[in-house]
Amino acid sequence: MTRYLRLLAVQLRISVASAMAYRANFLVEGVMSLLWLAITLVPLIVLYSGRTEVAHWTAPQALILMAYFIAVRAVIEGMISPSLVDLVEKIRSGSFDYVLLKPVDAQAMVSASRYEPWKVFELLGALALIAYAVPRLDATPTPAQIALGVVLFGTGVAATYALWILCAAASFWVVRLDNLMYLLGAIFDAARWPVQVFGEVWRFLFTFVVPIAVMTTFPAMALLGTIEPWRALATVLGALALLVVSRLVWRIAIRSYTSASS
Amino acid sequence: MIARTVRALPTLLRIGVAETVAYRAEFLVWILTMTLPLIMMGLWTRVAEVAPFQGYSPRDFVAYYLATLIIRQLTGNWVAWQMSEEVRSGAMAMRLLRPIHPFVAYAASHAAAIPFRSVIALPLAIVLLASSGASGLTSDPLQLALVVPSLALAWLSTFACLFAIGALAFFLTQTMAIANLYFALFSLFSGYLLPLPLLGPIAGIAAWLPFRFMLSAPVELLTRPQDHHHLAVLLGGQLAWTAILMTIALSVWRAGVRRFEAVGG
Repeated sequence: MTRYLRLLAVQLRISVASAMAYRANFLVEGVMSLLWLAITLVPLIVLYSGRTEVAHWTAPQALILMAYFIAVRAVIEGMISPSLVDLVEKIRSGSFDYVLLKPVDAQAMVSASRYEPWKVFELLGALALIAYAVPRLDATPTPAQIALGVVLFGTGVAATYALWILCAAASFWVVRLDNLMYLLGAIFDAARWPVQVFGEVWRFLFTFVVPIAVMTTFPAMALLGTIEPWRALATVLGALALLVVSRLVWRIAIRSYTSASS
Repeated sequence: MIARTVRALPTLLRIGVAETVAYRAEFLVWILTMTLPLIMMGLWTRVAEVAPFQGYSPRDFVAYYLATLIIRQLTGNWVAWQMSEEVRSGAMAMRLLRPIHPFVAYAASHAAAIPFRSVIALPLAIVLLASSGASGLTSDPLQLALVVPSLALAWLSTFACLFAIGALAFFLTQTMAIANLYFALFSLFSGYLLPLPLLGPIAGIAAWLPFRFMLSAPVELLTRPQDHHHLAVLLGGQLAWTAILMTIALSVWRAGVRRFEAVGG
């Protein structure tokens, strides 16, 4: 376990160093992150300028959800998808063989091999949003709610991560991974809205196919204290199930990997 | 030069069709990624069910977002990504050898993909529009007739803008950041995220930017009744921006090619 943590630290250091080598780019990306943040908020502001509540979500509550969405997206785009893009490159060039030869788990190597450190700006933005929205809530979250909200944030990230790994595994057989990831990213975009606002067809899709409810809506509800205990449990179990399934599919996919180089 | 280009055009289009067919899986995924209007449609129709939102009924939102989806499907392209990839890999050198301006060559290859997109986008959208959004569409024959030239101008201005960004790859290594910046501004100011009238003060800024004429203009023609003055503003703006963006695209290209030192080859 400590070996994996050390490995993670080394890979993070390399990424930060190489990001710092292109300082202008780092700055541009940081500004871009903040710009995206602002644009992400525009539809929400428009929506709540005409309504006081939507599907029982008030404006501050929706802001909290938005913060969860931005934070999960920052983790995915800052760590998981760059690593998986790296994976595509390795598979194409054949250097993925060396990853498989290393005495560590290939999935661990692959899912944290490259970072985009400037996504930290977005994480900070999410925290700022929470700091702005919490005093405006009707009821301040209790410590228990905060704890559950933090735990479910973890499971939300885990569920999203599992989905991305599934998609990486699928790319061993079907299409190029970068395309699949674009698609997944496009659908994940819906996670910024409470799953309750969507109609039945969408809600089915967002609960069972791309579980945005598990990724953001339920975790945010945990912090807000509007979640039922069974739902919280279902969120944790759902995320665990996704992790297990993605692990299994990944292992099957690895077995069918035929090297590009040799 | 022009006669030669015209003669080569059918072949270029044929190559474009062949490319699209060869990469059909990627192409399909790429089309599916444009789900944003559908998500927004799901959201806003539910919101407007309670009461019309700033004058928009659920049907208006259905018509707006389906029209947005169709126009975006028909006008979107990935030429910036393609060009920066070819500059990096050196494949651009091959293009420079050909006696046809790359603007035309790329445009032909992307234009050839349009029928394939229509195969997927049009039947779906027409069925949906006819079933639930028909009342949100315009019935004015003049406006409907203007949709076609408006669509063509939207396509050309989007293409020129992305071509200019792609040509920046001659100067910069990180053109992707610029392409992302473009998309961020585009999704806000073009009406892709929200109908521009809902945006309040932002709509005032959008009127002066090119993005509105790349997407919102044909959508507005399709969905809302417009007076003649407004029609002239829309079409005139589209013409002007297409000319400006094409000039920029071709000058960036000309300046860039001079700096180009083929990588690999």
